[in-house]
Amino acid sequence: MPENKISVNGLDLYYSEFHALKNVNIDIAPNEITAFIGPSGCGKSTLLKSLNRMNDLVEGCRITGAVTLDGVDIYKDMEITYLRKNVGMVFQKPNPFPMSIYDNIAYGPRTHGIRRKSDLDDIVEESLKKASIWNEVSDRLKRSALGLSGGQQQRLCIARALAVKPEVILMDEPTSALDPISTMKIEELCCEIKDSYTIVIVTHNMQQATRISDKTAFFLHGEIVEFDETEKLFSTPSDKRTEDYITGRFG
Amino acid sequence: MTTADSISERKSDSSDFFHKPPSGRTQRFIEKGAEIVFLLCALISIAAVVIICVYIFAGGIPAIAEIGLFDFLGGQRWKPYNEPAEYGIFPMILGSLYVTGGAVAVGVPVGLLTAIFMARFCPAPLYKVLKPMINLLAGIPSIVYGLFGMIVIVPIVRNLAGGDGNCIFTAALLLGMMILPTIIGLSETAIRSVPESYYEGAVALGATHERAVGTVVFPAAKSGILAGVILGIGRAIGETMAVIMVAGNQARMPKGLFAGVRTLTANIVTEMGDAGGLHYDALVATAVVLFGFILILNLCFSVLTNKKPKEGKSK
Repeated sequence: MPENKISVNGLDLYYSEFHALKNVNIDIAPNEITAFIGPSGCGKSTLLKSLNRMNDLVEGCRITGAVTLDGVDIYKDMEITYLRKNVGMVFQKPNPFPMSIYDNIAYGPRTHGIRRKSDLDDIVEESLKKASIWNEVSDRLKRSALGLSGGQQQRLCIARALAVKPEVILMDEPTSALDPISTMKIEELCCEIKDSYTIVIVTHNMQQATRISDKTAFFLHGEIVEFDETEKLFSTPSDKRTEDYITGRFG
Repeated sequence: MTTADSISERKSDSSDFFHKPPSGRTQRFIEKGAEIVFLLCALISIAAVVIICVYIFAGGIPAIAEIGLFDFLGGQRWKPYNEPAEYGIFPMILGSLYVTGGAVAVGVPVGLLTAIFMARFCPAPLYKVLKPMINLLAGIPSIVYGLFGMIVIVPIVRNLAGGDGNCIFTAALLLGMMILPTIIGLSETAIRSVPESYYEGAVALGATHERAVGTVVFPAAKSGILAGVILGIGRAIGETMAVIMVAGNQARMPKGLFAGVRTLTANIVTEMGDAGGLHYDALVATAVVLFGFILILNLCFSVLTNKKPKEGKSK
């Protein structure tokens, strides 16, 4: 197994004429939580989305450079459905499907060909347990997922992502729409599951990055200014711009 | 410019309008007046519906009472010129239901697939052509559809299926075409209004575009789509001209897909000209039945469209 789960090499990304990512290089280690921080519009979400090619949905988006998952180029040598099965995503706003809790979780496995009811039952239970929401929903699996609270919906979405057994989970500001208690639950959850997954999280909240991440990358104007151990980046940043940002001088 | 100058200028400036409230009484008078005008306009539609209801029901219900509810709705013979005359509209009820059902069978699958295509698969240049075409389809007068049916579809059906070509099948085919714009329009809007986040959630799990659209986006739009289908049914059941021209218009029990049939609407318009007395009233009573169908459909429509999304809480 290569040392890095994901490697980004010389990635440039354009939205039509706008140069959104400029020569980005970053290596993401397995079984760690990597946080992307930086002001709005700095490219952190854009980079996150290019790791599972969700940027393909954006019209006029072009990239050059390479992103590899376990050494395989995801833009050239990998089926997009295979990529997205292995690199799951949790969105900023909880987006459960308008169907039952059970069907939400079973959607991914069904997509990838699992049909046997007993298999699906096991996956649903296991995923909900991993996302620490089983106790809250086990008696209403057949009810609509839209009846859950925002925090529960987000944990359901995490469970849904876990159900296809990904190796990497991308989280795009997963707690920005949630209250502090739900946020805490999701942070705890991230720390619990990181032994089995590689997690990349975009966050606006620097405290969140210090609480949960192992490494942090600071973005500014489409470039990675600094990427280091979280502890080091926040205590002794080597770049003046990082220091200005984390001490609240801008952003 | 002195300070006094600029103050006096400000006073005469039209921007005063924004600073000083207009005199209370005039303002209230204008607002009240406007409110009354709007209310009157709204009342016109309500009055129209109520007056139509009252007159149709007042004209039709005595006839139903005289003929007998069961003999009228369930009677299988419509013989207004016989002695004694028979006024059973069951053949026409069946005729309307069959023709409408056929139109749904033709129009709904084609319409839904077109709507899905237009909302989620259609390349932009093709869309620019397709959308106006479909709008045009909606604007074609029904007499033109009828002529098209007579000149084109009837001969084809006659050649392929025998008979004279004026039959349930032909009418259903033509009506199916006529309800396409309604079904396509409403379904496309419903599919487009499904939050993009559903689609993104599905593809992020590794679903293909087709699977995400088919299993998440389309089902999420189903109440809007059903509403479109119901409006389409309403259009089909009320259609008169085109149906008369291609359905055969025989007032008898339907004898099969390729036999002629008469619908409720056709019954009214065919005989209204030379009807008198109870015959005339029986035709008005036919309209009452048609009205009943439309009321039921509209009820379904409003139940579907008023249904609140089942979201736990809205943000």
